[in-house]
Amino acid sequence: MIQFSHVFKRYPSGFDALRDINLKMEAGEMAFITGHSGAGKSTLLRLITLIERPTRGEAIVNHKNLMRLPRRRIPYFRRDIGVVFQDHKLLFDRTVYDNVALPLIVTGADHREIPRRVRAALEKVGLLDKERMYPITLSGGEQQRVGIARAVVNKPPLLLADEPTGNLDSTLSDEILDIFLDFHNHGVTVLIATHDHHLINRARKRVFELKQGEILSDSGVRT
Amino acid sequence: MIRNYLLRHTQTLFYSLGQLARAPVATLMTVAVIGITLALPTGLFLLLENVQQLSSGWENNGQISLFLKQDVPGAAAEKLADKIRRLSSVARVEYVSREAALTEFKRLSGFGDALDALDRNPLPAVLIVHPDAAYNHPDALQALVRDLGRYSEVSLAQLDLEWVRRLHAMLALAKQGVLILAGLLSAAVLLIIGNTIRLAVLNRRDEIEITKLIGGTNAFIRRPFLYSGLIQGLLGAVASWLLVGLTLLILAGPIQDLTALYGSQFQVKGLDLSATLALLGTGGVLGWLGSRLAVGRHLRAIEPK
Repeated sequence: MIQFSHVFKRYPSGFDALRDINLKMEAGEMAFITGHSGAGKSTLLRLITLIERPTRGEAIVNHKNLMRLPRRRIPYFRRDIGVVFQDHKLLFDRTVYDNVALPLIVTGADHREIPRRVRAALEKVGLLDKERMYPITLSGGEQQRVGIARAVVNKPPLLLADEPTGNLDSTLSDEILDIFLDFHNHGVTVLIATHDHHLINRARKRVFELKQGEILSDSGVRT
Repeated sequence: MIRNYLLRHTQTLFYSLGQLARAPVATLMTVAVIGITLALPTGLFLLLENVQQLSSGWENNGQISLFLKQDVPGAAAEKLADKIRRLSSVARVEYVSREAALTEFKRLSGFGDALDALDRNPLPAVLIVHPDAAYNHPDALQALVRDLGRYSEVSLAQLDLEWVRRLHAMLALAKQGVLILAGLLSAAVLLIIGNTIRLAVLNRRDEIEITKLIGGTNAFIRRPFLYSGLIQGLLGAVASWLLVGLTLLILAGPIQDLTALYGSQFQVKGLDLSATLALLGTGGVLGWLGSRLAVGRHLRAIEPK
């Protein structure tokens, strides 16, 4: 699903965010990226979602070569990747339902399918009763779960999360982790960037540790 | 597939309408500015059309006035009229005697009292010659004027057409001017719409960024803005139509009074169906284009961070 070999990322400022990254994840695998802030976790996720292009090396995600994918193909590439953002990135002038429906509308899904799929996604994150509310009225944990529902409503084969439990207490973090584990058990490839060791220890999955842009350790595949 | 496509466009249309309705003051201001901007060339165009319509009746019956010498008696004038009537190039001849000319002049000019003070009639008799339709082009008319001027009874032969021609030349020039003005004001409408859409794009920066992140194409993101520009352009055209219509309504009375003074049956011409459609089309196209130019430029700058 994800294959990086000798990938470098240097920002125009001259800062080397990633150096010689070698990383391989099979479809259906679940893994964590950890490391201090500034270690390159976010940059790695930005490369995978093509917000940034690699400077050097070969990077293949979902059978697409990130160096060569034409700009106009990027939207279609992103439709196969669900992303959960630390700051949720919800639209505050739209209801929970409309937020979750957005990926379906963007891809031009059959309008008769949309309500069913939105409700299925909301049910998975336990927010079916809040579909008519606006995100601003929800708690941080609930907003994060709306973000997760939006990320998975398209049933993408790859799910990325950037510090998904960043501002949540441990009970809420556990709930969020359970949701990700559930997707993993349904065959979705899941990659979570976090510095929350409690989360990593509880999940007992593969861990990549990043330090100053390099992979310090790879715990290997755990099942 | 096509049904889905149409449905999506309808949804976008209503979404855009909703967005515009949510900021009614801003929308009304934009529409009013576009309306006024479009009303100016439309009004001028209409004015020229009316002047042209008023004067087009004149050109087609180009007539020649033969002013007879003062000492030509009535009977000789009648005889000359008969002679001219028989020319193949002439359709009709009217004889206006000196007395008839005086009566008409008194009636129309308002100088009746002044004329009464004169001890004799200063007006010459006139033969008004209507050329045959076949001769109604400039060269033939010039030749006819020359021929008619050779009769010894005639003091002056005058083609009552020159000033109509000059008027038409001026109208053609004015039309060019209006076209240039319309071009400039169209550019202004493009800029107005472009600026409005630019603000709308910047206002919805977050939404655009998120849509890009979840795989929205530029075409998808652009669509509501294009509809918004199209709608505002169309509403602006409707506003200008109303402005021009209202102006005509206000002016209709005074124009009737004025033309009645000239003994004319002139009817003011408003915006007909084709002119209305052209105005609406122009508004819509300008709105769409202005929006397209602005969105294309600003969308590229908004990339997810």
